[in-house]
Amino acid sequence: MTATVPVTAALALGDDALVLSHRLGEWAGHAPVLEEEVALANIALDLLGQARVLLSMAGDEDELAYLREERAFRNLQLVEQPNGDFAHTIARQLYFSTYQHLLYGELAASDGPFAPLAAKAVKEVAYHRDHAEQWTLRLGDGTEDSHERMRRACDALWRFTGEMFQPVEGLDADRAALEQVWLRSVTDVLERATLAVPEGPRTGAWSAGAGRQGLHTEPFGRMLAEMQHLHRSHPGASW
Amino acid sequence: MATAAAQRTARTNADGTPETAGDPAAYQHAFDAAVAADERIEPRDWMPDAYRATLVRQIAQHAHSEIIGMQPEANWITRAPSLRRKAILMAKVQDEAGHGLYLYSAAETLGTSRDELLDKLHSGRQKYSSIFNYPTLTWADVGAIGWLVDGAAITNQVPLCRCSYGPYARAMVRICKEESFHQRQGYELLMALSNGTPEQHAMAQDAVDRWWWPSLMMFGPPDDASQHSAQSMEWKIKRHSNDELRQRFVDICVPQAESLGLTLPDPDLRWNEERGQHDFGAIDWTEFWAVLKGDGPCNEQRITQRRRAHDEGAWVREAAAAYAAKHTGSTGSTGGTGETRG
Repeated sequence: MTATVPVTAALALGDDALVLSHRLGEWAGHAPVLEEEVALANIALDLLGQARVLLSMAGDEDELAYLREERAFRNLQLVEQPNGDFAHTIARQLYFSTYQHLLYGELAASDGPFAPLAAKAVKEVAYHRDHAEQWTLRLGDGTEDSHERMRRACDALWRFTGEMFQPVEGLDADRAALEQVWLRSVTDVLERATLAVPEGPRTGAWSAGAGRQGLHTEPFGRMLAEMQHLHRSHPGASW
Repeated sequence: MATAAAQRTARTNADGTPETAGDPAAYQHAFDAAVAADERIEPRDWMPDAYRATLVRQIAQHAHSEIIGMQPEANWITRAPSLRRKAILMAKVQDEAGHGLYLYSAAETLGTSRDELLDKLHSGRQKYSSIFNYPTLTWADVGAIGWLVDGAAITNQVPLCRCSYGPYARAMVRICKEESFHQRQGYELLMALSNGTPEQHAMAQDAVDRWWWPSLMMFGPPDDASQHSAQSMEWKIKRHSNDELRQRFVDICVPQAESLGLTLPDPDLRWNEERGQHDFGAIDWTEFWAVLKGDGPCNEQRITQRRRAHDEGAWVREAAAAYAAKHTGSTGSTGGTGETRG
């Protein structure tokens, strides 16, 4: 166990949770059914809770969330992708929560600095993963229209899935094994949902792992502008 | 519970028809006796048609208010100025969706369905609280809504915990607990702003200035212009008149505003020693009726967003129903996965 907090890894995991939480927060008042207003907000809140713990391990949570610019964020490009329709949101959630569940399971079992957080978060993430899987089945194996939308969503986000398995400094996890289990699990869900596993590269917008280096996609800057505007307008204020 | 023996003989089927034929006057008598004895009327008890209709209208309007009321606050989720505040606000908006679900369920015990009620909301045949037709222009509005709007709602709703209709009363017990938590959070938000920078203080004062009068309007028209009041009080759906509750709210708010270090925008507001209550200025009822009629600042926007969410979500609900039909043989109804972890 390292004595010091691995800041790079805490930022990477914290930014993933922060950014995805923000995207899910955009659904409030727009969900297709009231139960999903509750579920999406629930997931967003869990992720925000994780983000706050992780960012606090790396510094001051608000300074890190509100005063860094785009190039300093370390999140995956996957989580910053716009919500799109409900199928895009679910595909993003399926890819990410499957990964997060596997990763946190491994971290929880370790004696590393992230073990306490992961032990709590893995229970939340198991629910997120189940929710995403259940909806993937319903959309994929629902109507013709929902099948087609789910297929398009899974295809469109596939390219961003490779970066989850790039090494992160200070994060001890067997990336290759993680990727294998992830692929198997996602393949299983997609097949049960009568969907084909997408083909094509999984290298993100730049190269796999670019998000971890602060190289993001265009919608991200606009998201940050909205998120940070009020905080930045009142330098030094407490809220 | 309708424990009176006479009431028990007056049960109805779920569709409202009497379980056994009997003397209608006896049913009415049993109902009146149960209400007089402060017993709870339950879904399968006989009840007057007008009582049923009034409750459906009131509970549906209450449920719609929770759902539409998510919008003005959700407007600030993506801009909340700290992660702590963002978490509080998200949790609150989530609670409101939950309150909507409780209330639609309570309304459904009266023989209607959520789909039917949503359809009435979307087509303008049922209303929601006029307060949500005002815009949230600054972050401080989130605090003003918590303190004033939730405060007014609680003043209105606490007596509903003793309402004569059991399912509604029980829903209100759960809802009031969460609402009073929201109200304290709103107050605490304003406290932070009021004690913050001069800009933050001004932001808080401006929000209170804009939300004060609309909050007083939440208690409804004055007693002499309230068309449902007398009957509702007789049925013990309502326990206090609009004006009584409004007065109670003003008396609660005045000292709270003082400790916040904020003023209330009413030059006529002063303590009346004789009455032991505050006198306050005249409400602009022209504005109230205009907003109620659909001419408020956000009426169009609120209902358009609600309809759009519903319409754009149709394919999702259809997919869930189709999946359910394939895999369980049932057709499904509203299409959720039914997972609402507590």
